[in-house]
Amino acid sequence: MEKLENTSLTTLSEEDKDGSNTQKSAEGFAANFKYLIVGLLFGIVFVKAEIVSWFRIQEMFRFDSFHMYGVIGSAVLVGLVSVQLIKRFSIKTTSGEEVVIPDKTFSKGQIYGGLLFGFGWAITGSCPGPLFAQIGSGYVAVIITLLSAIAGTWTYGLLKPKLPH
Amino acid sequence: MEIIEVLRRPWPWYVAGPLIGLTVPALLLLGNKSFGISSSLRHICAAVIPANISFFKYDWKKGIWNLFFVAGITIGGFIASFYLANPAEMVIAEATQQTLSGFGLTNFSGLMPAEIFGASNIFSLKGIIFLVFGGFLVGFGTRYAGGCTSGHAITGLATLQWPSLVATVSFFIGGLVCTHWILPFLLTLTL
Repeated sequence: MEKLENTSLTTLSEEDKDGSNTQKSAEGFAANFKYLIVGLLFGIVFVKAEIVSWFRIQEMFRFDSFHMYGVIGSAVLVGLVSVQLIKRFSIKTTSGEEVVIPDKTFSKGQIYGGLLFGFGWAITGSCPGPLFAQIGSGYVAVIITLLSAIAGTWTYGLLKPKLPH
Repeated sequence: MEIIEVLRRPWPWYVAGPLIGLTVPALLLLGNKSFGISSSLRHICAAVIPANISFFKYDWKKGIWNLFFVAGITIGGFIASFYLANPAEMVIAEATQQTLSGFGLTNFSGLMPAEIFGASNIFSLKGIIFLVFGGFLVGFGTRYAGGCTSGHAITGLATLQWPSLVATVSFFIGGLVCTHWILPFLLTLTL
């Protein structure tokens, strides 16, 4: 399998910053299985904490339960402390590189797109991640939701030049 | 076998939240990857149906790790649901159950209401609204916003980026408006 190209942060456009890959050295195909394992553990947590449940999302938006606020809040806190520790002690990646986290730039899309996603979140009871976990859990109808989300992403790509940003 | 018994129980927020938070440093340290799931949808578009659209003309193979990541989430969902399933029913807040009963939902078992997300609903008009229209908003909205709950609400807030706070607040306002003013209408549609 071919080796993957390198990119420096300066050439990273805004749309490539989400889920970005800032690794400089090339990674072989087999390296991808590391991310599959992290995803697998993550998927187990998603289902076991029931955050992939449509009902839990309803509880959250109706302020009837603390569960989702606790999950998101503590996830942010642990993420924040970890990133600060990485920066403070200049912890390197497993291939010895400096950790690079691209800065996001503001666009009106974060408001318009954010509101639209919020509607979709309440209707489907899921964000993109939980869609995959729900399918794995045997909810076959969610395959339609996922295909439609891909169609939504594609439509955004098509309309992007005409939308306010 | 006691450990399996413990794992089968629903995991509380103070276990699940920190584990999800640890995904951020795990991906960074494994290979300088920023945690963000919705970009996987863009990579699928770029790989399968780029259609000469400039937004999909990029080296999606750099993002292939994200496709492995979501494949892992799918397998993880399978393992958790079929091998680590909670033998008891999920406990849903009494107030939420009462409100949803008022909109005609009667089945509160499983992760998702069977009356909406059951496979038999795929071809009904209600199915089209919740699955097709809802899914479309998730895909369109997250890309327009430049990320989803993982990319903005978790990675973005954890790295103190204010545009991500704007996005997260917008996600939440959209969800609140939809839940309180639109869902009551959608749920009570008789189709």
